[in-house]
Amino acid sequence: MARYRCEECGYVYDEQAGCVSEGFPAGTHWADIPDDWPCPDCAVREKPDFIQVESR
Amino acid sequence: MSATMDNNRAAAAGGKRYLWLWGAVVALLPVIGGTLAWLTGWDAMWFFAPVFLYVIVPAADYIVGEDSSNPDESAVQALEQDRFYRWCTYAFIPVQYAVVVWGAWLVGGGTLSWVALIGLTWSMGILSGVAINTAHELGHKKPTIEKWLARIALAPVAYGHFYVEHNKGHHRRVATPEDPASARMGETLYQFMPRTVLGSLASAWEIEKTRLARQGKSVWHPENENLQSWSMTVLLFGALTAAFGWAVLPFLLIQAAIGASLLETVNYIEHYGLLRHKTAEGRYERCQPRHSWNNNHIVTNVLLYHLQRHSDHHAHPTRRYQALRHFEEAPQLPTGYAGMIVLAAIPPLWFRVMDPKVVAHHEGDLRQAHLHPAKADSLLDRYTASAAAT
Repeated sequence: MARYRCEECGYVYDEQAGCVSEGFPAGTHWADIPDDWPCPDCAVREKPDFIQVESR
Repeated sequence: MSATMDNNRAAAAGGKRYLWLWGAVVALLPVIGGTLAWLTGWDAMWFFAPVFLYVIVPAADYIVGEDSSNPDESAVQALEQDRFYRWCTYAFIPVQYAVVVWGAWLVGGGTLSWVALIGLTWSMGILSGVAINTAHELGHKKPTIEKWLARIALAPVAYGHFYVEHNKGHHRRVATPEDPASARMGETLYQFMPRTVLGSLASAWEIEKTRLARQGKSVWHPENENLQSWSMTVLLFGALTAAFGWAVLPFLLIQAAIGASLLETVNYIEHYGLLRHKTAEGRYERCQPRHSWNNNHIVTNVLLYHLQRHSDHHAHPTRRYQALRHFEEAPQLPTGYAGMIVLAAIPPLWFRVMDPKVVAHHEGDLRQAHLHPAKADSLLDRYTASAAAT
């Protein structure tokens, strides 16, 4: 399970946790997130701008 | 490093520290007007808040001047974490609510003259407009408490959808033709107003509809943040009407409309004529300092929590107000928002002051600007001709 970080505000999308309020249940793969999905915290970066975080 | 140097840095970073408390004092404007009327026996004093906003603040901006200093980068983290600054914004809200209840009580009492009633409603509308600014600062922040406070501050303005639309709509699409809240060169305030009010409402609804649909829920689901925020308004207005009588309802609705129009006027100013272009990938370029109008006049900046350092705000929406920076490359307004809203209300004057600034900002190439489609040809003709003549 990978994690992806918004390089503007530091929000992290964790595939394991998903983002339930945005409609992505736990376990939703990054590949299944639409390309035009904006960062839920700052909204000025979209999926293609996120950077994969090194695995823990 | 010496202790003195540390102190100096802290002082440079927090130079406006105690001035930020004025933000909450502005919430008292209607009460100040009422008190002056009571002391002098002169009902015209109820108009103190409009005089303050449209005359005193622009004059004070002119007299006090500008401050373009930025916090030292090394001090920013400490500055952001210093809780004093957030308490300044939290403090606004109890004052706002106390004043709204006080106003409703007075209106319900039926003892005010028509002059006093009009002055009070207008003043309350100004307070509501400024409250949207406080809600704006809070609504961008990550802590849940601040997000809720933002929505509480929006309830008396009946503008709860702003919380959704501004963050997820306006910030994404700013300075593009898709953004209802970005004004086009040649568009008057009065053409912009219905476009932004209705467009923002539709956008807020659409954003929540999409989000809820991904969860398999209807747009009418109680988790719709617009419905939640509007319910707070219905509850508040209902409770005040029940407590103080029917006369309170038109008062609340009119002051909310004044507050919302004040916000939308500021929206009109902030990105007038500025345009982001599409990159080769078909996405819009990132919002740059050149895509927002800025201003460093101290008085308006203090009263609006640095909202006029707008480029930094758009680049970094979660950055706290006390840490926002001035950028040399950002276009500058001739005066603070308080003066600019007066100018915006008079379109010929607005065009005369702002259009040459838009032209200069684009170095004469208006094809790079955000033009009102109906005026594009005449603007290009006029300014291309004037550039050729000089």
